[in-house]
Amino acid sequence: MTDNTINVEINGKTLEASKGEMLIQVADRNGIHIPRFCYHEKLSVAANCRMCLVEQIGGRKPMPACATPVMDGQKFNTESQYAISAQKATMEFLLINHPLDCPICDQGGECELQDVAIGYGSGASRYSERKRVVKDKEIGPLVSTDMTRCIHCTRCVRFGQEVAGIQELGTMGRGEFTEIGTYIENSVDHELSGNIIDLCPVGALNSKPFRFQARGWEMTQHESIATHDSLGSNTYSHVRRGKLLRVVPRSNESINETWLSDRDRFSYQGVYSEDRLQTPMIKKNNEWQEVDWTTALEFAANGIKSIVEDDPDQLVALASPRSTVEELYLLNRITRGLGSDNIDHRLLAQDFSDQAADSLAPVLGLAIAELENQDAVLMVGSNIRSEAPLLAHRLRQASLKGAKVLVANPEEYFYYFDTHAHLSEVNLVTQLASIAAAVQNKTANKDLDLQGAEFSPEHMKFADALIDAEKAHVFIGNLGLTHANFATLRRLSAYIAAQTGATFGYLPPAANSVGAALAGVLPHRDVAGRDIPNIGLNALQMSDQFRKAYVLLNLEPENDVQRPYQFRKALDNAEIVVAITPFITDSLKADADVLLPMGTFAESAGTYVNCEGVWQSAEGVASPVGEARPAWKILRVLGNLFDLGGFDYNSAFEVRDALQAKLVGLDIATTYRGSASLNLAAEAPHAYLDMPAYGHDSIVRRSNPLQDTRAAKEAGNKFFKVAIV
Amino acid sequence: MSEHTTNNPNELSAHSIAEIKACMAKYPDDQKRSAVLSALQIVQHQNHGFVTKVLMDEIAKILELPPVQVYEVATFYSMFETKPCGRLHLSVCTNISCMLMGSDNILAHVEKKLGIKVGESTPDGKFYLKKEEECLAACAGGPMMMIDHHYYESLTPEKVDEILDGIE
Repeated sequence: MTDNTINVEINGKTLEASKGEMLIQVADRNGIHIPRFCYHEKLSVAANCRMCLVEQIGGRKPMPACATPVMDGQKFNTESQYAISAQKATMEFLLINHPLDCPICDQGGECELQDVAIGYGSGASRYSERKRVVKDKEIGPLVSTDMTRCIHCTRCVRFGQEVAGIQELGTMGRGEFTEIGTYIENSVDHELSGNIIDLCPVGALNSKPFRFQARGWEMTQHESIATHDSLGSNTYSHVRRGKLLRVVPRSNESINETWLSDRDRFSYQGVYSEDRLQTPMIKKNNEWQEVDWTTALEFAANGIKSIVEDDPDQLVALASPRSTVEELYLLNRITRGLGSDNIDHRLLAQDFSDQAADSLAPVLGLAIAELENQDAVLMVGSNIRSEAPLLAHRLRQASLKGAKVLVANPEEYFYYFDTHAHLSEVNLVTQLASIAAAVQNKTANKDLDLQGAEFSPEHMKFADALIDAEKAHVFIGNLGLTHANFATLRRLSAYIAAQTGATFGYLPPAANSVGAALAGVLPHRDVAGRDIPNIGLNALQMSDQFRKAYVLLNLEPENDVQRPYQFRKALDNAEIVVAITPFITDSLKADADVLLPMGTFAESAGTYVNCEGVWQSAEGVASPVGEARPAWKILRVLGNLFDLGGFDYNSAFEVRDALQAKLVGLDIATTYRGSASLNLAAEAPHAYLDMPAYGHDSIVRRSNPLQDTRAAKEAGNKFFKVAIV
Repeated sequence: MSEHTTNNPNELSAHSIAEIKACMAKYPDDQKRSAVLSALQIVQHQNHGFVTKVLMDEIAKILELPPVQVYEVATFYSMFETKPCGRLHLSVCTNISCMLMGSDNILAHVEKKLGIKVGESTPDGKFYLKKEEECLAACAGGPMMMIDHHYYESLTPEKVDEILDGIE
């Protein structure tokens, strides 16, 4: 027993607890149920709902369990007549103003107030006066409000203050006139704002897109993985009769805790967009025809076969890094099986000159949760709130715990955390060279020629913070990974990390960037990082060097590649373009010859490898739209049509297992061992690409609620809105 | 009009800013929020009796707070008004001690004299007859009223006339 451990007695049972721990935490840990509304394990204690009142033996009045620190030898009773009568009295007061509109409330059936009222409420009300009515607030396209139902637990207010980092909601007025709101009508715009829907214990804050769609008990719940950033947040998909109706977070302390970003929560609205491709289609004599699967697949296979028989190098395969590991692995097996190494997934990258020095996969280089425990973090080129909202949340936690967050970005972004030092100069590379020079000045180790780079006191702050830190981490985000001078940028970042004793890694740009690298969807590497002697075309060269056959997996040529105009020219020039796609767009109609409808993340079983290198699999949960099939099945049939052998997988997970068997014992460490030469010359403008938060991928672009947010509107509403069917 | 006030309802006067900064100096650097009550008082005074969203946003900027935290305080306390009202806040205490001493008559007299009901302002913008919230803690001098932080005790209708006529 350490000094900190004490004994308390709850309901006659002696339990161990830490000194100062709240009674409700001890009870929760030991499976003793205490009703509560305002208490939430991730938020500060407010003790304003009073539902958790319990009896302290020898005490003078009922104590709120959420705000009662336990002391050695104390005795509590949570189930005595005394405790229950206090809880029942509280319940009666809470219900005085709560409307009896459960039959029309979305929360009905999954409501904490309903549940607790069953246990502690009275069957009839003694209250006969008028109930309070509160005007609803308009707080944006994601969260609906019914403020009359609010019981003022202030979880949503505390979430803003403590987790999101900006308090958008507040408690206005007092007593009878207390209201939760924004004072002047204003939208709640934070990228994690959807979490207040889960936090709200009543039906005051609900999902706007889900409003009046279904009842909790009509839906089945399936475990899923979110696919819109590289964290791979754990989710539950709620499905009724084969249709995905809602996505909510599933707790995983090491990844998303209990939170979910708005992008991952509301993207599902894009799944049922009306431009879903319903049937396979082929283009004959410039006319599109709807055909059956066999015809389409044979048409595709024959078209490709006739080209690769003459020259395998004419085949090009480009895949979205949001595809599943299974899809990516099969695409790689087909492409390389047919003799081509022209395969890539790095859609937005520009500088491939140092790709030989890539680590096996672009992983973060430390555990996501470990980010919170760093003393200093240097973020190079990342609009992190857009790239991975929950990683920005981790950085905020780190900063609150005293970590020095250092930011080197090519433009100014707003963060909800304090930065210790912060550069936002267009020329990112020279900034890094200056930081490196400051590091050299401090370590007196000049083993890298920085070509006379000079440093200012601001650069010195970076160097000092990194060197003084016991635990420091340096990572490159998407603005860096897509930078025109990525080789220099990485060399410098890795050098700074190495010289200051920091760990080094990347923030992978998409849900499966890591999986794609491991599955060998790269022109210079096969599965498990095996080097390819004659390096194929990379994603950028695929636009510039015309080939005859293109296979596109899950991407839109006009939105998802670095040079859409040039890429579409290449497609136009090709003899056959096979697009495996969930959506049919004008550009695909113009550029492709075969359209094969694939299932989205909701409809396909598959695996994603997150930024930490964790493999997470999920089953397809929704019925396919039209004749769409999971892409791994489409690729399996294609593999068989090409007679490549070994394509007889019975499930997606057999594909995954086959790939994993080839990866046993591999080390995905991210130490940079290359020696790219430094190019510190002035940069061209637009040396990097910042994808709008709600423009990342085809599904997000079709989610109308996300497109209606202020963030999407401020990004210029680049993407069309479509009707949901 | 004193130099303490300004006609611009959209910005803080130099005087208000100086006063708010003097208040902030009383609290630790990382607890600027502590000065929000005083700041609201100063600004309400500058703006002739009520605060506006724009002015509260200015306070939030100086105190480095989310604006919503200033709104919360301003809407919570009954001594702050967030809607346009008269310059002089007049409250007649009607709690138990004053009531026993005849405060109902005093209130009726005030209403009659000013020609307004509780919760209203005089058309010239001089008086605002506040809805009385709680006991003003001058029970020994009841009936009593407060005008702009000053207590007037042991009131009679004649005394009320004299006070109201004499106040600027």
